[in-house]
Amino acid sequence: MKANVISRLGRTTLDSIGRLGVASRFLMMILTRSATSWRRFGLIVREIYSSGVLSLVIILVSGLFVGMVLGLQGYQTLETYGSAESLGVLVALSLVRELGPVVAALLFASRAGSAITAEVGLMKTTEQLQAMEMMAVDPIARIIAPRFWGGVISMPLLAAIFSITGIYGGYMIGVRLLGIDDGAFWSQMQSAVDFREDIVNGVIKSGVFGFAVTTIALFEGYDAVPTAEGISRATTRTVVTSSLAILALDFILTAFMFRG
Amino acid sequence: MERTLLDFWVGLFVAAGLAALFALALKVSNADSFGGGAGYTVTASFDNIGGLKVRAPVKSAGVLVGRVSDIRFDNKTYNAVVTLRLDSKYQFPRDTSAAIMTSGLLGEQYLALEPGADERNLKQGDAIRITQSAVVLENLISQFLYNKASDASSSSPEDAQHPGAKP
Repeated sequence: MKANVISRLGRTTLDSIGRLGVASRFLMMILTRSATSWRRFGLIVREIYSSGVLSLVIILVSGLFVGMVLGLQGYQTLETYGSAESLGVLVALSLVRELGPVVAALLFASRAGSAITAEVGLMKTTEQLQAMEMMAVDPIARIIAPRFWGGVISMPLLAAIFSITGIYGGYMIGVRLLGIDDGAFWSQMQSAVDFREDIVNGVIKSGVFGFAVTTIALFEGYDAVPTAEGISRATTRTVVTSSLAILALDFILTAFMFRG
Repeated sequence: MERTLLDFWVGLFVAAGLAALFALALKVSNADSFGGGAGYTVTASFDNIGGLKVRAPVKSAGVLVGRVSDIRFDNKTYNAVVTLRLDSKYQFPRDTSAAIMTSGLLGEQYLALEPGADERNLKQGDAIRITQSAVVLENLISQFLYNKASDASSSSPEDAQHPGAKP
């Protein structure tokens, strides 16, 4: 019994290390074969539509609400120190540095990542991928790579849209509702937020998250057990793994970027 | 038909994303001020810089004229050497003095430049000679307590044993 548990533990570890190796090989395969899909840019445009444009509503709505909540909460705390005018700084910095990239990526993982996994997994289950190979069409170049680049392109744009909507939400609450001075809100924000330090780093973060989420989603779909249950498990794994990856990567990137 | 509609939506999405980035750059951040543009650097050494940080504002008459670009410790003079990057729009005489001030009671610290009367102006790489260090609250309090104690000891000698015990 005890030996059984230990051997199962060992097998799980070996399995997950093996999967990581296969995933790295899969990523290399995408990167080396994506030249064809860049030549047929229409394929990438279609994927930007399905992962970017269709995620726009959830990004806009949640960005607005996150910004409004930050405005309300920040105002109550800053008011105690008599510095409610710094609300713009608080809202802008927390959105641009952390919440924009992270929350947008989490939403992207559950909205677009799960869709990618389900789609690719179903293609595998119904043997469409094998059929393509039979017709000498490379499924990596035709199916996987366009989805990868579509996600990598969409993610930074979605994060930027999230941040700007959130800042506008904070502005509506702070200035319109609670009566902070309009000029102080924007001027303090502008003097505290740095373009290279904060905004460019936020864009880099969201690019890294987009890369990670789409890679995980595509791999889970491509590697799914070709049954109905296998697809459902793969979809769940995509959301769980990419959420954890986003949070862990965010810690690492933050430690590198904002030490000063 | 379906194809062009899809292209339209993707184009709109990309345009919205780029517009959001532009808005972040121009409206939210200070991309236009001192973004590596024309400027010159001068140094100033202080006994104590208090809580001055890199990127702290440099002001003259309350106007932002530059930013602190580097702070390091000189191992020979045991002073803090602060490098300032000033906008080349603004020129200062060579006997300009620098002081570390605090905006508000508990606000951030900044570097104030007080122009002198020299004919020649500060150039790239020059050093500001006259500097005034940051006010350290603890020194201020202990000075105050010392003065009080010495006042008290001159009037009643017994209290001199416990300086600062009673104001």
